[in-house]
Amino acid sequence: MTRKQKRLAVIGGLGAVLALAATLIFIALRDQIVFFYSPSDVKERAVAAGTAIRLGGLVKDGSIERIGETNGFIVTDGETEMAVRFVGILPDLFREGQGVVVEGTVGVDGVFAATNVLAKHDENYMPKEVVDALKQRGEWQREGGG
Amino acid sequence: MTIELGHFALILAFAIASVSALVGLTLWRRSDSRAALYLQQAAILQFLLIAAAFAALIQAFVTSDFSLLLAFQHSHSDQPLIYRITAVWGNHEGSMLLWVLILVAMGAAVAAFGRNLPRDLLTLVLAFQSLLAAAFSGFTIFTSNPFARLAPAPFEGRDLNPILQDIGLAIHPPLLYIGYVGFSVCFSFALAALISGRIDAAWARWVRPWTLLSWTFLTLGIAMGSYWAYYELGWGGWWFWDPVENASFMPWLAGTALLHSALVMEKRNALKIWTIFLAIITFSLSLLGTFLVRSGILTSVHTFASDPTRGLVILALLACFIGAAFVLFALRAGSLRAGGLFAPVSREGALILNNLLLATATAAVLVGTLYPLLLDALTGRTISVGAPFFELTFGAIMAPLLVILPFGPFLAWKRGDFVAVAQRLALAAGLALFVAILFFALSGASVSLAPLGLLLGFWVAFGALADIADRARLFRADMGTSLRRLFGLPRTAWATAIAHFGIGVTVIGIVSTSAWESELVTAMQPGANATVAGYTIQFDGIDRTEGQNFSGERGTFTITSPGGGMRTAHPERRTYSASGMPTTEAAIETYGLSQLYLQLGEPGDAGTSVVRIWHKPYITLIWLGTLLMACAGFLSLSYRRLRIGAPKPSSARQEAAV
Repeated sequence: MTRKQKRLAVIGGLGAVLALAATLIFIALRDQIVFFYSPSDVKERAVAAGTAIRLGGLVKDGSIERIGETNGFIVTDGETEMAVRFVGILPDLFREGQGVVVEGTVGVDGVFAATNVLAKHDENYMPKEVVDALKQRGEWQREGGG
Repeated sequence: MTIELGHFALILAFAIASVSALVGLTLWRRSDSRAALYLQQAAILQFLLIAAAFAALIQAFVTSDFSLLLAFQHSHSDQPLIYRITAVWGNHEGSMLLWVLILVAMGAAVAAFGRNLPRDLLTLVLAFQSLLAAAFSGFTIFTSNPFARLAPAPFEGRDLNPILQDIGLAIHPPLLYIGYVGFSVCFSFALAALISGRIDAAWARWVRPWTLLSWTFLTLGIAMGSYWAYYELGWGGWWFWDPVENASFMPWLAGTALLHSALVMEKRNALKIWTIFLAIITFSLSLLGTFLVRSGILTSVHTFASDPTRGLVILALLACFIGAAFVLFALRAGSLRAGGLFAPVSREGALILNNLLLATATAAVLVGTLYPLLLDALTGRTISVGAPFFELTFGAIMAPLLVILPFGPFLAWKRGDFVAVAQRLALAAGLALFVAILFFALSGASVSLAPLGLLLGFWVAFGALADIADRARLFRADMGTSLRRLFGLPRTAWATAIAHFGIGVTVIGIVSTSAWESELVTAMQPGANATVAGYTIQFDGIDRTEGQNFSGERGTFTITSPGGGMRTAHPERRTYSASGMPTTEAAIETYGLSQLYLQLGEPGDAGTSVVRIWHKPYITLIWLGTLLMACAGFLSLSYRRLRIGAPKPSSARQEAAV
């Protein structure tokens, strides 16, 4: 092979690897991303049961109940409410009236089955998505979410 | 008074850094040595001043001087001494000052160790370090002043976030920052090389210790952060592909690529443009990481209160530095001549493949991290890109890298013989296959890709051992010769093998813990038993516990291991008295290389408690592997120190300049 051919082969090889990687990233972005919804979004968009989403809102006052290792609570955005079920230990800063983001799927019975309740490290911190969703629903009162 | 002195020292350092940058950038071409001498002295002075400012801050925190706003917000007189000290950087302002401190420390180190650099290069490197120092100390002074006072002084502070009251805060941020900021030296060297035109093998040799130093500390910092999150957050996870974690991981990936490409440049005078590009990219990713973490623009499990307006200023700084660097790169890269020739199958070829895959992996992580921001800005839809995306893309890109990794050190420079190398690696491959099958058979069938992952891990580990064995002619020469050769090997050969072995170990740990982890969530009454992975855990009850600045409940569990040994574990739920914030402290028991992880939930009716128990097989291998990598880094650095002092000029041009 001449030097030119060699260089072409190398560049072709590099290009092939990059194209493969780009395709992979594209496919993963299409299939593996998780959308964030407020309870109203879930209702309006009629999210199908079994779709993995992130649900965000406020934990409704007086809605937390615990039976054994199963926790139930209601996430609200002021308009719509959604019941959530979570098996496990809730994060330290999980409280009624505070913002929360839960990961999981909408169940067939309409109850959200959470696989993960996202914790906060800081009491003043409010997940950005929750702030935006609440602002959208006119439920936002506190200025500067921390 | 000391606080004002500290503030003044910071401002003075800012002024000196600004002047240095100006002097260096305008006078670097001058042939007399005064500019270089001034910059060297100024770099050391900047370090002394920022160190004094930092000391003033520490003193205010240690003596609980709450007239300092920062101490009032993030400290409390009840905190143990070590947490009063670490509280200094457990917040935005203080951590920015730590960032600047390390930046100027790096500048001072270049000034101290760089006496043998060509004068124009040294002047330019120090000028760019000073420019960075001026920008970031300016940022600290004008947007995040840590020395703001409060009058009248409150009697008590608001306490440091309890999650941060941990030895992890003492270790993790300094290590991580040394790693992040250390790459600034590579960045300055790259810009200096572009301007002065001094881009050759000698340049690569000068830069390599700095790359190695930063890479080693970044490795330690990321590993420490991962272990800290693992035991402190109480979720049993050790990596979440969270934006903040990715922010530290991207410079690591790019830095790893840089470490390898600089090798090609040093030995073969090739890949020059690419190495310069990587040096710029690596520090740009460090800056991007700082921006992502400090701005709070992305939702992260590690986010602490942050301020978006400051984020905009960092973004502007980021755009200036990265933009200017790339403009310079674009203007000057064309004037570089291509270096040595080599065949596709050669050490250079393997290293190029390594770089290609590492760069692609970095790009995949970057896309996954920034895509939510982009989509939010363009369409207003909020999404999150989580672990499945990264596992798919990153895993698929890393797998071929692990496959080719053991071949690299065996291949000769210029032209390698693939068949001969394959023969020498056959034993390692056979062993890896055997052990992976054995491991899999003993652990029981699980996730479909796990055996492949294990095979890769063992392949890399055994490949590294084979490299050392081959160099010592083990089993081919008599034992005495082999041993003598083994001890006579250059430290860099050992370092390469140990680092690669460490990667294998980490991969084995990751695969086994994700494939064979068992988890149980159950409500337990005192006296009840639960069984996880052959371990019997008995719940004995809950009592009260009191610490210096917290009180809480402490569970007592008796664990009987499959071997019959008994241990007692105490997971806790604490409430910190000053802030009233609750935290959970998991109990982690290490059995060999595996760990049992207990987390206590809120107590319910009739003495029941919810308990979450994980068995994590071989999880400690993840961090042991990274420790090996870091050890390899230090080993290589210790060898190199002998050589940094007196690099040989590589071209006639340099001899003329010295």
